Amino acid sequence: MARTTKTESETVRKKPKATIEKLATGIPGFDAVGHGGLPLNRGTLIAGTAGSAKTIFVTHFLASGVHQGEGAVFVTFEDTPEDIRKNMLSFGWDIAAWERAGKWAFVDVSPQPAEETPVVGGYELGGLMSRVEHAVRKTGARRVALDSLSALFTQFPDRRLIRNELYQMVSSLKRLGSTVVFTAERTEDYGLITPSGVEEFVADNVVILRNLLVDERRRRTLEILKYRGANHERGEVPFTIMEDGIIVIPLAAQRLTQESSTKRVTSGSKPLDKMCGGGFFRDSIVLVSGATGTGKTLLTTQFLNGGITDDERALLFAFEESRDQLYRNAAAWGMDFEKAEKRGRLKVINQYPHAMPMEDHLVRMREMIEEFQPNRVAVDSLSALERVFSLRSFREFVISLTSTLKEKRITGLFTSTTPQLLGGGSVTEKHISTLTDSIILLRYVEVNGSMRRSLNVLKMRGSPHDTDLREYDIDGSGMHIGGPFRGVSGILSGQARLIEEDD
Amino acid sequence: MVRFRLYVAGDSYRSQRAIANLRKLGEERLAGRYELNVVDVQRDPDAAEQDRILATPTLIKLDPGPSRRVTGDLTDFEQVLMALALPSGQEI
Repeated sequence: MARTTKTESETVRKKPKATIEKLATGIPGFDAVGHGGLPLNRGTLIAGTAGSAKTIFVTHFLASGVHQGEGAVFVTFEDTPEDIRKNMLSFGWDIAAWERAGKWAFVDVSPQPAEETPVVGGYELGGLMSRVEHAVRKTGARRVALDSLSALFTQFPDRRLIRNELYQMVSSLKRLGSTVVFTAERTEDYGLITPSGVEEFVADNVVILRNLLVDERRRRTLEILKYRGANHERGEVPFTIMEDGIIVIPLAAQRLTQESSTKRVTSGSKPLDKMCGGGFFRDSIVLVSGATGTGKTLLTTQFLNGGITDDERALLFAFEESRDQLYRNAAAWGMDFEKAEKRGRLKVINQYPHAMPMEDHLVRMREMIEEFQPNRVAVDSLSALERVFSLRSFREFVISLTSTLKEKRITGLFTSTTPQLLGGGSVTEKHISTLTDSIILLRYVEVNGSMRRSLNVLKMRGSPHDTDLREYDIDGSGMHIGGPFRGVSGILSGQARLIEEDD
Repeated sequence: MVRFRLYVAGDSYRSQRAIANLRKLGEERLAGRYELNVVDVQRDPDAAEQDRILATPTLIKLDPGPSRRVTGDLTDFEQVLMALALPSGQEI
């Protein structure tokens, strides 16, 4: 299909292009990437190296159909039906029960050494075709999986013949009204789609699954390489495998078309609200950056408390301090978090950063947000996660989380730790400062031989704000923001000096 | 007495060739002492499922045991007999 240039597409824009209808796969996250799902009544190749979750993917696809009352046919060229039943049970897919109910049929073409069949003369795949068509009719299947075509090619020497037979079979399955997915094995993650190039011949669409080792961490990705005649998101997106199967994590797939909110919410501190020009915006993301001991956790606690006092629900993902520690500190500052939690206004989730891969953290956090429906969310700290994620994963994590919060109009506050005590920026900031709407800096400053603290609203997208560096201190009753530092410069660089009279 | 079951797909040219070749082989090499049961996978997919038939034509020798199979339109008799572990050119 020829690529249209910009001018060409503009002229034909008047005529709406008939796009191919999509079938919602039911695999979480995939349908967003596929702009609706997989092309309906077409054949899609799922290609990946060994262990890239191809079988799980196609089984999940079929299982989703069964959950909607449709029939499914699984043609297995490699694993035995018994192995598949056993392996997939851990995802809650009781295939044996579906078989008994007539909703699922296996066509078992797995190799049987006892049946090694020499070839004498010409042949076709008539047996396979009849069995599959029969199974489709018996179950009323709308989804069919062939796993894996590569195994078929090792059984039969004549590639061209097999290719043509497969093409015929997929065509007839499409005519029977089913959407077909078939798997093929790759030998490399980047390069040829498949070693022989045959499987693509049979396919209308190609999806690539990858299981890469990046920075000593496993990283699973999915990429819709092509949809013939249909739209989809481009590029690799991360996915993970959890208790219910595959979860794909689209990165900001939904373009944010809604307007930014102009409604203000409290930061939890009236002086800070004033510095920000009236408070944080409802759907903004605030980054609080400071060295250890500068009061980030206190600011986070105030943020949560501010929400609770305003009758909001506040959710904290705590990766540094335990819930108990947090509640004790809050109590010391006069905030009763136990009570707030009992009233259902506050929830604190403690988690070890290295407990699970990035994708799983993200999925669990989104699930919790969905379940608790908070008005504001805090993450303390992003740096704790950044230390265990790869760079790319970390950035994707932040993009995905901020997208989720903005989509739901939740106010977000993230903390990040600067490695140096005096001045400097954090690595976290370097990577995500463009993704945040507001940045608050907490810095130590040494003046006249004593350690003082400065707070500055560095950025506040969409609002005028106090640009001063103000001194603050922390005591038993919380954070107190005072006047601006006068007569001192170079605080953010860590080299404060008194400004001479005649400067 | 040799018992055969031949799986074919419909009435294609290949199916007819396989049947014709098998009958010829039976007359010439087995002195006519054979039984043939032809199964069309399109009409009886359950039988195809039972016998796990993938390609057609596929010939199964049921007796004398053990059961053996060969796929193709059976053009080369020597190869067919070898594949089915039948003695070539001998009376059964």
